[in-house]
Amino acid sequence: MARAQHDYDDIPGTFVFDAERSRQGYGINMFCMSLMKDENRKAFKANEAEYLKRFNLTPAQTDAILKRDYNRMLELGGNIYFTAKLGATDGHSFQHLAALMTGSSQQEYAAMMLAGGRSVEGNRTRSGKSKPGNSKSKSKSSAKRK
Amino acid sequence: MARIIAGVGSSHVPAIGAALDNGKTEEPYWKRVFSGFEKSKQWMANTKPDVAIVVYNDHASAFSVEMIPTFALGCAAEFPPADEGWGPRPVPTLKGHPALAAHIAQSVILDEFDLTIVNKMEVDHGLTVPMNLLFGTPKEWPCQVIPLAVNVVMYPPPTGHRCYMLGKAIRKAVESYPEDLKVVIFGTGGLSHQISGPRAGLINSKWDKGFLDNLTKDPKKLTRIPHIDYMREAGAEGIEMVMWLIMRGALDDKVDEVYRFYTVPASNTAVGHIILENRHKAASKDKRAHAAKSRQAAARKAAHRIASKGR
Repeated sequence: MARAQHDYDDIPGTFVFDAERSRQGYGINMFCMSLMKDENRKAFKANEAEYLKRFNLTPAQTDAILKRDYNRMLELGGNIYFTAKLGATDGHSFQHLAALMTGSSQQEYAAMMLAGGRSVEGNRTRSGKSKPGNSKSKSKSSAKRK
Repeated sequence: MARIIAGVGSSHVPAIGAALDNGKTEEPYWKRVFSGFEKSKQWMANTKPDVAIVVYNDHASAFSVEMIPTFALGCAAEFPPADEGWGPRPVPTLKGHPALAAHIAQSVILDEFDLTIVNKMEVDHGLTVPMNLLFGTPKEWPCQVIPLAVNVVMYPPPTGHRCYMLGKAIRKAVESYPEDLKVVIFGTGGLSHQISGPRAGLINSKWDKGFLDNLTKDPKKLTRIPHIDYMREAGAEGIEMVMWLIMRGALDDKVDEVYRFYTVPASNTAVGHIILENRHKAASKDKRAHAAKSRQAAARKAAHRIASKGR
């Protein structure tokens, strides 16, 4: 079944972890959760593909995990608080993962954060239809312009 | 009776906890963050609450995807810090207040807020980081704690309006508890941040400032913000700001903003902090004294009437 379209799918660079992704990504997230235990981390590291068979994963999900394609994991129902546990198992800091997902080096990413972060200007909408003031909510624009 | 005297809003960035635990508080990067809470710790030391109700969210620690309660109230006698993958944070176990928590649960459920009751729960950085920021790093926490875990991880979280109304129901519950207790309520999380996907790193200081301004002056306006606006403007994970509205709902309509702090960044997040005091916390005694006086006057009048009739 194709994924239903939602207003938040218009936000660029964002995979909202909604009820449908939660259902779809149950296996990914339970796999990540299992990495809270040291013995599981060891078993995973010893043979990743074999370990992943313990979970109910689609071939695409397995592939995304093995390739450490974090954006794809999110798209297929992973949640960042869970996939971060995989990053930790690999010995990566959270900023390393964030940089990876944004396609920048960790240095570039850290410098962007120090300079005030990624601006919302130009990052609100894919379609260009939802500009501030154009949105359904008026409260937002007034809160924002304060 | 028990009384909510103030509300505290605070980010709960995990890296703040890591900086504390790894002795990095004096590094310039972290000093900038921690120095913003020096006055707050002083305020808290002077305020000396008996109980802190801490509204926070769990980050795949106590709740995985097996169970995702929208509102979960901690009714246990104690809440140990959770192992988030690096061993539990070296902070003391939190002592609950099971009697007040049970009272709140009963009261708000009858007020139509269908809470999940949690009698065994470990708490993660979402709760322990704000505790550190406001209480420092004591050997024992100086007050009892009632955790209220809110789902903001899976969309949709409860609406801002629902959160605000729950705050009001919690206040009513606290005020119907017979024991004299000073209660402070925390709203935690935020402010703007996105930590997932290609748009990670998003920060919107203008939005954050507007949010803090309205939190004090016009919270009802905030209750009308739809989820899409939080996510679009303040980042996918910025939606956790709805939790601050539970705190705000539990306070008077008009409050005094006694302190505010804002800095960017802590790791990937804008750090926001506010302290709001109810105005009538001292006045309540006067009010009660006044009520007692007028009752006495009415009794005297009635006695006089009875006496007159008897004549």
